[in-house]
Amino acid sequence: MKTLFPLFAVITLIVLVVAGVQYANMQFLFGVIIPYLAVATFVAGLIYRVMKWASSPVPFRIPTTCGQELSLPWIKQDKLESPSGTLGVIGRMALEVLLFRSLFRNIKLDMREGPRIAYGSDKWLWLSGLAFHWSFLIILIRHFRLFAIQLPYPIHVIESLDSFLQIGVPMLYITDVVILAAVTYLFIRRITNPLVRYISLPADYFPLFLILAVAGSGVLMRYFTKVDVVGVKQLTMGLISFRPVVPQGIGIIFYIHLFLISVLFAYFPFSKLVHMAGVFLSPTRNMANNNRMVRHVNPWDYPVHVHTYEEYENDFREKMKSVGIPVEKE
Amino acid sequence: MAKFTAKPNDLLKINYNPPQTDWMDTPVEIREHMYCHPSKKKDLDTVGFPNGRDWRVADEDWKLPANWEQTILEGMQALLKKYRSFSVFMDICVRCGACADKCHFFIGTGDPKNMPVLRAELLRSVYRGNFTLAGKILKKIAGARDLTVNVLKEWWYYFYQCTECRRCSVFCPYGIDQAEITMMGRELTNLLGLQIGWSGGPIAACYMKGNHLGLEPHTVKSCIDLFSEDIETITGIKIEPSFNRKGAEILFVTPSGDLFANPGTYTAMGYLMLFHELGLDYTWSTYASEGGNFGFFSTNEMAKRLNAKIYAEAKRLGVKWILGGECGHMWRVLHQYMDTWNGPADFLQEPVSPITGTKFENAKSTKMVHISEFTADLIKNGKLKLDKSRNDHLKVTYHDSCNPARGMGMLEEPRYVIKNVCKNFYEMPENTIREKTFCCGSGSGINASENMELRMRGGLPRANAVKFVHDKYGVNMLACVCAIDRATLSAANEYWVPEVGVTGVTELVANALVMKGEKERTLDIRLEPLPGKEGSEEVS
Repeated sequence: MKTLFPLFAVITLIVLVVAGVQYANMQFLFGVIIPYLAVATFVAGLIYRVMKWASSPVPFRIPTTCGQELSLPWIKQDKLESPSGTLGVIGRMALEVLLFRSLFRNIKLDMREGPRIAYGSDKWLWLSGLAFHWSFLIILIRHFRLFAIQLPYPIHVIESLDSFLQIGVPMLYITDVVILAAVTYLFIRRITNPLVRYISLPADYFPLFLILAVAGSGVLMRYFTKVDVVGVKQLTMGLISFRPVVPQGIGIIFYIHLFLISVLFAYFPFSKLVHMAGVFLSPTRNMANNNRMVRHVNPWDYPVHVHTYEEYENDFREKMKSVGIPVEKE
Repeated sequence: MAKFTAKPNDLLKINYNPPQTDWMDTPVEIREHMYCHPSKKKDLDTVGFPNGRDWRVADEDWKLPANWEQTILEGMQALLKKYRSFSVFMDICVRCGACADKCHFFIGTGDPKNMPVLRAELLRSVYRGNFTLAGKILKKIAGARDLTVNVLKEWWYYFYQCTECRRCSVFCPYGIDQAEITMMGRELTNLLGLQIGWSGGPIAACYMKGNHLGLEPHTVKSCIDLFSEDIETITGIKIEPSFNRKGAEILFVTPSGDLFANPGTYTAMGYLMLFHELGLDYTWSTYASEGGNFGFFSTNEMAKRLNAKIYAEAKRLGVKWILGGECGHMWRVLHQYMDTWNGPADFLQEPVSPITGTKFENAKSTKMVHISEFTADLIKNGKLKLDKSRNDHLKVTYHDSCNPARGMGMLEEPRYVIKNVCKNFYEMPENTIREKTFCCGSGSGINASENMELRMRGGLPRANAVKFVHDKYGVNMLACVCAIDRATLSAANEYWVPEVGVTGVTELVANALVMKGEKERTLDIRLEPLPGKEGSEEVS
């Protein structure tokens, strides 16, 4: 149920676009209107999300310290795991966002007879997560060539590096293989690891299937079922210049690819995929561990009832005097 | 409730395979020895917590107030608006499972709802069902569910099976901190008067009498006087500490637990000896006689109310700065919260050690220094005369308490101190120390006796690492800088690895400390013969 529902959802999406383009001739809807709507939803949705998070203040400075604090001058501070200033926080966030530092720490419980609880290294989640995210990013950047009249140099470099193995014609992009492998691994992990399967929701499988379908249709298009590349470029250039055109005969696989991407974009802000933006706002990671050096102000702080010393002394004055503890009022 | 009699081997039949039924379709089973009794009405009334009443966990009817669902949902809305952490953590979890087997309660129970991710989903599911469009429309498919009595009971049961230790947060790629989510869950359940007694009692006592144990001023003094007598027996030196003394340079605050129960009392004796030897101009306070803060385990407001006494007393007494004793959550509160709640402490001065002249730059705003920072500085500057050999009979390991490790980053100072006062020091395996340290299993106000099975299960990962160094190196003493640890790890060790005792770091310091004018020591701080000095004790 948890896997079937999202699987059918993705299949339905594909059926929908095939029916719409192949039989109802709705190329303009799927080639122009939906992509525009999707990007608009993505941008607006993401802004809405971030604004909503940002509208809640950070009342306390609560970094999770993963290393030695700044303390006595002769004790070596861990500036990345327990940063005391902005530079350190940037470093910590960069490690987290670019290299998945925390996931790199991952270890696996191993309960043995005795009992002896051991913890084995477990880097597969880190590796597949990193491989997936980086491949996705590189592929996304590669696609910018579709929106430029002349191929920008940085994209050329990325393309060259990505295809440095020089296999086949068109040349094989390493990231195409990596993303399919990584997403497949993440899916297999999700269904075979009993604990991860238990916590998984349909909302965890849907993006996996969707991304798999997006990458799969892209790979099909590039290496197997050829599409009219000139037509595609015409369409994408039309989109980016806001003078949309829909050339005939591009090939259905392109529309499938484009529609699934559109769905992914539109779905993004309303799903767990917003972790991309949310990680930057996580107070346990993006704050400096300088709590006792610089006072943090809570914007909604309010006065509270306390039991004052005066009340306390009134309760215990005689007892205090009897043992010689000084009091304010004799 | 029947007495907890299960043997260690009974607890070790842990099944890590989750049940066949989906977690949302698996109703909570509230088991004996796994939860704390409710708070008494009178304790909640004392501090003005709402909906105080007498109820029993085992009863079907928890006597919830009318419109309780509305209270919770409105409370949730308010918390989402107040805490970005909560708002972000409700949205961004991808359920990767990295946290799943990092929780000591999951390791010790195998209960899937003790995976931090799932404990958070207990709350998230209700969040989705009430605060997100997808959840409102797609319901269960979007991972949403309604708030029902059973959901509420499940929250309560599992938010008191979390010790807010933050270990999961170290491993989470987004830093999602279950401690933060548990704190929100406890805020919410406290709106309905669902406090546990082990927190409610100490909170009321601390509010009225200044400390969790409810020691009245003359009792605080008599406890410390008793320590002074023991110190005189051990060293021949008479110590006369002062109380509520105006004009002292330093106010000393430590958890009250160390005034009352072994082995914490030995640590308290250690403070007295160390400060006497230094000739420190300091005072104890009977009003601010609690460093710990069980309010922190109920609501933010309550924590602030209890914490207010420390600065208020420092101001009244006119001290220059504050020195804090060994305690775990106390230092999370002092380090990350106190200044925000009750500061700015502009009536105090930036802390400077009167012995070494060292400025504690890292505490220049809060103006409170940890005893291990203070002691490490003393040792580094050669201000203490130490006879390590008095600790030669000990093979020591160090337990990083969760909060000083993950909410403060104090890792090296206590180690430096220990290595200077003990010859035999051995670290536990690296995945169980420092930022990856395991909780004692009884933190965050759940160190009661009726939930002993939970505590022993939660303490298993820590105790097992202790057993590892005991078996490998013959470790017989576990040092820590936490008053709760001293109580709870004594119990956990007794259960899982009875050969290993528990000590505070300052007890080790005091044992090694050579004091001016002391007689030849034959006894350690515990009034037990020092090795090689057996039988030399004068019979008086």
